[in-house]
Amino acid sequence: MRILISILRKEFIQIFRNRVMLPYIFVAPIVMMVVLVFAANLDMKEIKFFVVDKDLSAVSRKLTADFTGSSFFKFKGSGFDLREAEEKIIKREADLVIHFQRGFEEHLRKEGESSVQLLINAINATKAGLINVYSEGIIRDFNQDIRLEWLGIESFDQIQNIDITHTFWYNPELNYKIFMLPGILVILVTVIGMFLSALNLVMEKELGTAEQINVTPIRKFHFIIGKLLPFWVIALFDLAFGLILSKIFFHLPILGNPLLLFGFAGVYLLVVLGLGLFLSTLADTQQQVMFLAFFFLLTFILMSGIFTPVESMPNWAQNVNIVNPIAYFMKVIRMILLKGSTFRDISHEFFAMMVYASLTLSLAVWRYRKIS
Amino acid sequence: MPAVEDIIIVRDMVKKFGKFTANDHLTFSVRKGEIFGFLGANGAGKTTALRILCGLSYPTSGEIKIAGYNVYKDREKIKKTIGYMSQKFSLYENLTIAENIKFYAGIYGLRRKVIDARTSELLDKLGISSIRNRLIRDIPLGWKQKLAFSVAVFHNPSIVFLDEPTGGVDPITRRQFWEMINESAEQGITVFVTTHYMDEAEYCHRVSIMVDGRIAALDTPGKLKESFNSKDMNGVFLTLARSKRMNAV
Amino acid sequence: MKRFLGFVKKEFYHIIRDYRTLVILIGIPVAQILIFGFVVSNEIRNTKISILDNSHDEITKKITNKIISSGYFDLHSYLNSYDDIETAFRKGNIKEVIIFESGFSSRLTREGEASIRIIADASDANTGRLITNYTQGIIMNFLKDLVPPGIEIPFTIDSRPRMYFNQDLKGVYMFVPGTMAMILILICALMTSISITRENELGTMEALLVSPLKPVHIILGKVTPYVLLSFIDGLIILLLGYFVFGLPFHGSLALLLSEMTLYVILSLSLGIFISTVAQSQPVAMIMSMLMLMLPTLLLSGFIFPIENMPLLLQGLSMIMPARWFIIILKNIMLMGTGILFVWKETLILLGMTLFFMILSIKRFKVRLE
Repeated sequence: MRILISILRKEFIQIFRNRVMLPYIFVAPIVMMVVLVFAANLDMKEIKFFVVDKDLSAVSRKLTADFTGSSFFKFKGSGFDLREAEEKIIKREADLVIHFQRGFEEHLRKEGESSVQLLINAINATKAGLINVYSEGIIRDFNQDIRLEWLGIESFDQIQNIDITHTFWYNPELNYKIFMLPGILVILVTVIGMFLSALNLVMEKELGTAEQINVTPIRKFHFIIGKLLPFWVIALFDLAFGLILSKIFFHLPILGNPLLLFGFAGVYLLVVLGLGLFLSTLADTQQQVMFLAFFFLLTFILMSGIFTPVESMPNWAQNVNIVNPIAYFMKVIRMILLKGSTFRDISHEFFAMMVYASLTLSLAVWRYRKIS
Repeated sequence: MPAVEDIIIVRDMVKKFGKFTANDHLTFSVRKGEIFGFLGANGAGKTTALRILCGLSYPTSGEIKIAGYNVYKDREKIKKTIGYMSQKFSLYENLTIAENIKFYAGIYGLRRKVIDARTSELLDKLGISSIRNRLIRDIPLGWKQKLAFSVAVFHNPSIVFLDEPTGGVDPITRRQFWEMINESAEQGITVFVTTHYMDEAEYCHRVSIMVDGRIAALDTPGKLKESFNSKDMNGVFLTLARSKRMNAV
Repeated sequence: MKRFLGFVKKEFYHIIRDYRTLVILIGIPVAQILIFGFVVSNEIRNTKISILDNSHDEITKKITNKIISSGYFDLHSYLNSYDDIETAFRKGNIKEVIIFESGFSSRLTREGEASIRIIADASDANTGRLITNYTQGIIMNFLKDLVPPGIEIPFTIDSRPRMYFNQDLKGVYMFVPGTMAMILILICALMTSISITRENELGTMEALLVSPLKPVHIILGKVTPYVLLSFIDGLIILLLGYFVFGLPFHGSLALLLSEMTLYVILSLSLGIFISTVAQSQPVAMIMSMLMLMLPTLLLSGFIFPIENMPLLLQGLSMIMPARWFIIILKNIMLMGTGILFVWKETLILLGMTLFFMILSIKRFKVRLE
């Protein structure tokens, strides 16, 4: 036991004197909070639109006005030349061109139907999809207004209508930061737990001091605990630090029990540390560790549901996620923070993590012993 | 002569790396309190043998006892009773002098009070009390070396293994270093040291010279010089090396 | 010349023998492209929902069926009361709850209006909006079908969307340019700076400088293997995009390759510059990561749209070479524009390259003295 304490003391001293690691531990959370949160906004802001109105009727003008009045759209000008409008799309001055053909209103009155053409820059498929959906929404509402106006209330009654109201729970302001912040916290914890621990182990390997330990009464497991435990502590500390920052500066809701979050994080970290240990046995230099970790993290973070929903992934990918610990934490942290989930709600994920923790740690330790 | 116990007993030790035999049936013993020099050219097999004796690697075959313990079965017990100083001086560069001592002492199970007392004593003796909080990185090579040795014997082990400890330092420092070794031996610590500096052999009680994985000679420096008709150990070694070549031819 | 080639050979050996890094340098772009292409998506599918049906009549069943068979939604469960909703959300399995009021059918047929309430989990704001919209769309469509034959809902305004540059709404356009920008900077800047710094650290740089090799040759020699590697990676990315994802290629290949070369040279200058500033390998790594890689990932418009960012970050984004390169790539590959449309961005890249080259040369000279 005294041996363990000696080792831990030494490790902590070395970590805090290590100029390479310190920025990751203290500066990274701040930078991530600030930059990532502000930059990482997949929200749709103003959709720039240009109008080619060859009809110039009351209806086309009103519909245009409805678009202008919407907070999602920004009016960028109008013209008569479709070619000119297309160029605006190429030059990225407009995301959308609304094209009313001549006779739009007349056709609607006489034939009972008419169409509006929407030219959308679809390079960003997601954005294009959203533009289409929002535009359709505005047109649909406008359509109802027109019907009401032209038919009069009595005749309108003859047609059935379903009144649909919608509410947004857990993020009523549709603030993207609320979604991103937990994700960033997950990245933070994972990077410290996996990347820094692996880096530390490899640094020791490079220095050659690891062999020194073999002559002393230090057993392998002392050594391993000494190398991993500090990062367990540091990661949890950074999680707390990040949470506090998020709460103060971004008003991140913390509906659930923070202790539950830390409990889960503690177990999650065991998995991640195991992976870090395993990673260190695969690399000989710091550079290799960096790239291996980058590779691994990039893949699993993207698949974890941080930016895009897990359900949107193809089934085979969702199956792969069963062994992706990051996906679990990503889900759980959002559940606890944003929805106030309790232990019962996350028990499945919790036990999965415990199983994985024992698996990865055993595997990693086994491999580590073999290699050295 | 009173029976002085043998603290290291090696019989027919063999170490093979694939087809290459690094240690070929080594047999020797080291007496308690002795300064035993393990000499030989680079690549002769010294370091390999030393690593086996301190438990860093397993022998291919042979009987080895360290301080009465069997090297195959009682590794952990052996580790507690020995000290070690490697070529790279084994101190952590980004820890201070005091921190390094504290760490290693703690590993060997010394209590706080004992550590503190002994540390002050040691630092005073070496004359470096004033810089106890300086990083190892920032102290000169000679001091590092002496400090590394002191750390290796800090916990009063029964044997201390030194692997080429005097590389790259000036002759005066080397001299001082050997004075420290003598002191430890006088206190009853057995010193097992490998080196390729033949003049250092003179400081040892007994010396063995390895050539191509075998022990070509083992005796006190005096008797060796006599048998090989040489003024100094250098000559002894050269004679041995030459004869090997002649035998090969 | 022979000396130079010998030196270049040695550099190649370094790289090839470190096969782990090599594998990763080729693996990262491949993995990234594959993931972005096949895995990550914003499409709505199989979203699990719960339904609180207070009526359980024919019409609500029909509407429910229509929603479930749309492919967008999966029915997870039926709820029994309003209080169950919060618990259901908290369990984390559903993203939306649809509530039918009681007496739905009779209200609809007799009074002409009935109401449905949608509650969506808006933790992910985008998804929340999309699923709400889709649900509304499906219900509206149902209404249309409900109208007895012969009667038409009058005055319908249709919208006809036409997707420019990407009719099938493939996501690949977004990430192929971004992946290329990132990988090229990774290889050229990061690897080069590490390679040079390592030489400095080992002390072998001095040996090189003392040799007949001119400093310019040394730099060129260090840099050549990475140029090759980055071109290989760039090609792999393009080929993957083309063959696996059907990325079209409308513009001129020659223009694309020249722009790529320009960007590569720029990244190399950045790498060399970092090597003149960093004192050790770890520092070089950190600098490259923090000052090049991460900002490129975040601020270049690769994943996150620039127009969403606060002005300060938008300003920062302007000094990211990747940002301009991505625009150039997109224009050339997707819109097929010629040099006329990208001259501004090209000029910016050119300017940056010259700036860093001159800076690096100056610093390198200083070091020698």
